[in-house]
Amino acid sequence: MRRKLVIIGAGMASGRVLEHVLAQDPDGWDITLFNGEPRGNYNRIMLSPVLSGEKTYEEIVTHDDTFYAQHRITCRFGESVVKIDPVNKVVHSSRDGTPYDKLLIATGSAPFIVPVQGKDLSGVITYRDMDDTQAMIDASAKPGARAVVIGGGLLGLEAAAGLKARGIEVAVIHLMGHLMERQLDPAAGYLLQKDLEARGIHVHCKGATKAILGKDRVEAVLLEDGTVYDADQVCMAVGIRPETRIATDAGLEVARGIVVNDQMVTSDPDILAVGECVEHDGQLFGLVAPLYDQAKVVAATLSGQHAAFQPVQTATKLKVTGVDLFSAGDFADAPGREDIVFRDPARGVYKRLVIEHDRLIGAVMYGDTADGSWFFGLIKDGTNISSMRDTLIFGPAYQGGGQTDPLAAVAALPPEAEICGCNGICKGSITAAIEGGATSLADIRAQTKASASCGTCTGLVEQVLASTLGEAFQKPEVQPMCGCTDLTHEDARRLIKARELKSMPAVMQELGWKTSCGCPSCRPALNFYLLADWPLDYTDDAQSRFVNERNHANIQKDGTYSVVPRMWGGMTNPRELRAIADAADKYAIPAVKVTGGQRIDLLGVKKEDLPHVWADLNDAGLVSGHAYSKGLRTVKTCVGTDFCRFGTQDSTGLGIRLEKRLWGSWTPHKVKLAVSGCPRNCAEATCKDVGIICVDSGYEIGVGGAAGMDLKEVERLAKVATEGEAIDLTVAFVQLYREHARYLDRPYRWLAKVGLDWVKARVVEDPENRAALIARFDLSQGVYQRDPWADRATRQAQADFAPLADLTKEVAE
Amino acid sequence: MSWLDIGALDNIPRRGARVVKTVHGCVAVFRTHDDRVFALDDRCPHKGGPLSEGIVHGHDVTCPLHGMVIGLADGLATGADKGAVATYAARVEGGRILLDAARLIRGAAA
Repeated sequence: MRRKLVIIGAGMASGRVLEHVLAQDPDGWDITLFNGEPRGNYNRIMLSPVLSGEKTYEEIVTHDDTFYAQHRITCRFGESVVKIDPVNKVVHSSRDGTPYDKLLIATGSAPFIVPVQGKDLSGVITYRDMDDTQAMIDASAKPGARAVVIGGGLLGLEAAAGLKARGIEVAVIHLMGHLMERQLDPAAGYLLQKDLEARGIHVHCKGATKAILGKDRVEAVLLEDGTVYDADQVCMAVGIRPETRIATDAGLEVARGIVVNDQMVTSDPDILAVGECVEHDGQLFGLVAPLYDQAKVVAATLSGQHAAFQPVQTATKLKVTGVDLFSAGDFADAPGREDIVFRDPARGVYKRLVIEHDRLIGAVMYGDTADGSWFFGLIKDGTNISSMRDTLIFGPAYQGGGQTDPLAAVAALPPEAEICGCNGICKGSITAAIEGGATSLADIRAQTKASASCGTCTGLVEQVLASTLGEAFQKPEVQPMCGCTDLTHEDARRLIKARELKSMPAVMQELGWKTSCGCPSCRPALNFYLLADWPLDYTDDAQSRFVNERNHANIQKDGTYSVVPRMWGGMTNPRELRAIADAADKYAIPAVKVTGGQRIDLLGVKKEDLPHVWADLNDAGLVSGHAYSKGLRTVKTCVGTDFCRFGTQDSTGLGIRLEKRLWGSWTPHKVKLAVSGCPRNCAEATCKDVGIICVDSGYEIGVGGAAGMDLKEVERLAKVATEGEAIDLTVAFVQLYREHARYLDRPYRWLAKVGLDWVKARVVEDPENRAALIARFDLSQGVYQRDPWADRATRQAQADFAPLADLTKEVAE
Repeated sequence: MSWLDIGALDNIPRRGARVVKTVHGCVAVFRTHDDRVFALDDRCPHKGGPLSEGIVHGHDVTCPLHGMVIGLADGLATGADKGAVATYAARVEGGRILLDAARLIRGAAA
């Protein structure tokens, strides 16, 4: 004999109950379904896409007439239940009474209406059901329509975005200091507001509605602070409360919601309740996941099985196209809680994890929510995260050892990641070309221009080809950086920029280094790439530098060092020379030599004497000459117009100014400059990394000379009229070299790879780019232009240069 | 074994080294990325380079002069190179570095 089940409300929870009940016991029940709305079950979550026009009502129906007919469900749609008679077990509608054996209340929630003047005006709409949605769609059809949404929570913002998508002016009034304050912290709320404003939605936080103005219908909204927003419609979306009136009238226990036990049974054993109208263990429910869990329990209880509802953590995502937002768990500040925060202002990405007792308890993400479900799993499972804490925020891809697939790093790049910096080609454009039929590097170059300029991204483009085409792509052999990785220098450098890797561990982890901490080949290179690309974020690692740069002196074959003070443009004076002579005497320095770079070398200094020699030289105004560095060495000059009868310009002065500007900068290899005052070229400028020859009409700037392992004359970068331009071009050239060359390539080797024309296009022909290069150089100098000698004049530094212990006096007992 | 306290672990940077002077010459004391310590003669078997100034990677050091790679645990040259340096027992206790006194100080048993 079939029992009678009456369900009040055809929302998402009741729809799910129907499915479970019918699945468990298809012939056990005569079901009657009441719904105040004149329609059956549909997916309320999808009202936002209907509002925005991305979906139609038909597309969001979950149960249609065929379904109800097939399961012989009596539909009483558009018919409100007015009274429950629990004694006689009858439900009364406006028309008649329907007896039940079991009753399920699924009345959902009602929107909260702000009790202000004008709340009942025509044009004030709530946002709960299809009728509300249709009303908003209709009101939006009017040309020049304006809407105000009161409430900057999940619902209000979805309404605002939907209305905006309909092409009308929207302002959101939110009482609190930031949007979605229940799901987001202020930082994420700020990013969300910025995103919405970029879409043309006006956001007014800390706005309290004073009155809704209008004669017959809405005309404007007045705030407490006096602001007035014109409006043809007002959407109230400040919150919801459980719809409990019918249960209260029936004498059921009602607190904020209809009180149910773990079996979803109310205070009457034959009446169950489910969904947004219930209160379980003091908690209300507004998101869909727990409602579905409740529905399962309801069905089990109805069929006499034991089941218990246990609320689980829920995560929130905003259903606004293009806004990527995720929040889960508890993210309030509290004692004993710690944060891990990741920000990327350029991409508008913010991630915050909240940790308590080695467990993740909350996560807020904005802009990049790909790892949301993984974090959510950690929260739900209460996983101990202490072992992966350092890399936790980077998500699951970085956990559990290095990547074994060398293509994984490239495959993991998002489509918008820039691959070719010269032409601004992102990964998506390359994969699109491949999908369009490109199969080789040449195809990609022809179709997208990626790798068609300087070519340093060639390796990456090939990896995109390989990861997209699989075995169909034959990658040419390339020389990896070292045994620790399969990546070339160029690949690693591009990935450091594209994936914004700002520390050595991040590089090694993300790019799948095969060794624990690199090797003497890759570490100094990575250290340079990181400090050059991220001068403000990266901290220089002394242990990843060769001995000379670590000790700021050149090691000699017997383990002693040489000390070379800087002589700006090769100029010195008696005071400096006396200080050098005194230091040589005082520390018994065995050799003093004049170098090819127009300065003086003190050879044979013991390591523990270095800080003391430096301190003495510092006192005379001498600073480190960086004769040991992959950086600016010297600017050699002739005397120019000061003394020379042939001099055409102040070559010494220009040399000094260039040296003052460039000293202290780290470069892929050493950089030597020279300035000659006339074409007789006494400063030998034509074999330098940058050599300037002064002529009557200006300055000829040559680059890429060499007089070491190779002998090579400079190539003409440009001829300029003024000294200022000469300095600008030199600085921009050095910065371009810093940003693009492979570690340990002198400029001439780098030039041979990228070509002089490529450099000219960026340094000479594009003033905007030149200015940007100079700005980036100066930014880096703000961090790195420091005298290492002065930094090491401290007692601590002096102790660090001395032996740790002296056991020569110790005698065994 | 008699252990000599030669200083705090924190006095050596991770992936770095300091030297200890002894009657037999300098001994390099290395601290690796995982906070293990190793003590070796501070003379590369190749041309006498100060190993304490080399780049430390994993449990190896690369000589700063000509790049010979020496295993810190056994003092042996790695790869195709041949050569060895003397090693000394070293350990960390309570944040202090202890070296085996034998062979390091005058009068101790060899």
